[in-house]
Amino acid sequence: MKKIAFLLILAFVAFGCNNDDDGGNNTPTNADVSFKFTQTWADSTDVTPLNFNTNLYINDARNLAHITRLRYLISRIELHKSDGTTVAFDEYQLVDLADATTLTLNPALTATTGDYTGISFIYGFNEEDNISGAYEDLNIADWGWPEMIGGGYHFMQMDGTFIDENGETQPYNFHNGTAANNGVFEANHIEFNFDMNFTISNDATIEIKMDISEWYKNPLIWDLNDRSTGLMMNYLAQKDMNRNGQTVFSIGEITQ
Amino acid sequence: MKERSRKIYCFLIGIFTLTLFVSCSSDDPKPEETETDDGYVATPQPLTVPAIFDQFLPIPSIPADNPQTVEGVALGRKLFFDPILSGDGTQACASCHKPSNSFTDDAQFSIGIDGIEGTRNSMPIYNMAWNFNSKLFWDGRANSIEKQALEPVTNPVEMHNTWENAVGSLQSHGEYPELFNKAFGTPTITKELTAKAIAQFERTLISANSPFDRYLLGENSLTPQEINGFAIFMDEARGDCFHCHGNEFNPLWTDNIFHNNGLDAIITDKGLGNVTGDPNDDGKFKSPSLRNLAYTAPYMHDGRFATLDNVINHYSEGLVYSRTIDPLMKAVSTGGVHLTEPDKADLKAFLLSLSDPSFINNPDFQNPN
Repeated sequence: MKKIAFLLILAFVAFGCNNDDDGGNNTPTNADVSFKFTQTWADSTDVTPLNFNTNLYINDARNLAHITRLRYLISRIELHKSDGTTVAFDEYQLVDLADATTLTLNPALTATTGDYTGISFIYGFNEEDNISGAYEDLNIADWGWPEMIGGGYHFMQMDGTFIDENGETQPYNFHNGTAANNGVFEANHIEFNFDMNFTISNDATIEIKMDISEWYKNPLIWDLNDRSTGLMMNYLAQKDMNRNGQTVFSIGEITQ
Repeated sequence: MKERSRKIYCFLIGIFTLTLFVSCSSDDPKPEETETDDGYVATPQPLTVPAIFDQFLPIPSIPADNPQTVEGVALGRKLFFDPILSGDGTQACASCHKPSNSFTDDAQFSIGIDGIEGTRNSMPIYNMAWNFNSKLFWDGRANSIEKQALEPVTNPVEMHNTWENAVGSLQSHGEYPELFNKAFGTPTITKELTAKAIAQFERTLISANSPFDRYLLGENSLTPQEINGFAIFMDEARGDCFHCHGNEFNPLWTDNIFHNNGLDAIITDKGLGNVTGDPNDDGKFKSPSLRNLAYTAPYMHDGRFATLDNVINHYSEGLVYSRTIDPLMKAVSTGGVHLTEPDKADLKAFLLSLSDPSFINNPDFQNPN
């Protein structure tokens, strides 16, 4: 009988622990954290895979614009714990509004329950990661940024049409990546750090929001009549996108 | 009591052992995928991945229920070239998908067994295992090679047969039941097994040995004209071809998705729009790969351009606006990017450097019958 009792205790120890058992004590447990990427226009209109290419938007330059394609890259997402440690997720995410499956990232690494003080991520790739041809999935997505303007990958591709000052429909290609200035290439990614206190007590979903309108207004009001196509090799346009991009992202709801 | 304890002890050990087996199952290597439900095992024949693909592309996509096998590929090859699948026994897949034309043909519209023209240009076939979104045909209406292979047999302007009749012809044939038995472990032929075999053969049609491939691998050099043509291809202000047609790190030379490339002001063939029902998809067709252009004229979904020069001229000065035109056709208001004649010539030279004579002459891809 002693052996039976021993086996039962062993079984209890071996199989008794799971994510739901932390109630009543503060022992950190693993928690799956996923990220949900959402898009809005001026924080008022949800831009979704169902409506992104049918809605019309007015930017602060009074351009009436239509979005045909929106893809962007997020990398190095990190959660910062109150004890000073960091949960650094390995995955990058190419968000494509034409593909609803890309609006959620489920990293392989789990976080632990407890108190956190911030979330950070990179829009695009930093110089260490922005290596031409290094990512098979991005290669087949035709996400490369030409070598002649610095190589690596696009950070964003926003294509569409707008009504120009003559009332004609014109295309725009708002593409962002490395900035090239007469053969000198400047990193052009944006690091976002959001200081915020939150607690993960269970599996959680963190919303990363893009306000698309910010690309066109803050601090620079971007008139598509002036700059709409051929922007990839336009150094000033690339740097201005970087300036406007600083306020594009925010952290939305954390659900768990 | 002691005996009872011993039984309980053995029972618990058994349960524990069983638990170990069950809990570890997800990490176990899968059983040989060539094994059929009744235990038959054909000979595995994994695809040979070219060096340039191995370097930059994900591993090829092979459906779990149709692994590549020696017997399956051989059967598929025989079927591909055999007119037995057509209604009157005169037309094979290869009639419109000829090896010498990189598995398309040289007609604007292929002609079916009843002498009727189709409405779309026959698509070339190669590197299908790297078509990761699995949307086949110009309009993406088939979501696997296996499903694509089913359609021409019953299409009234192509092979104009029924699958019942086609399977009957195969079943009563002197060789096919045994070949199916070797490939799939059953002599009972179905349309699904027929399509699986053809799909296995089509996945072996890999083209990655063009002069440009060898240039990327450091095995040969290109002419200055070809190198300049590649620069035009990659220049957003000139060719801007790379947004839809790959680059040196996407050696498929296609994005495998759908665009309206400014061919018509009035859309008469909705393409993808017919499949999705979304008016925003009207006039969109799959970007074809730019490999093997030397063998695949005429061009476009409707074969309207007889030459590569016509194609380049279209993008240079022939674009026309329609509501769903891709914004990447950015110079539509002036008809295109207006390349200079030397730039056009260089671009053409580069494009032709993507053609692969070893592919169309590969003895493994010719008619075995």
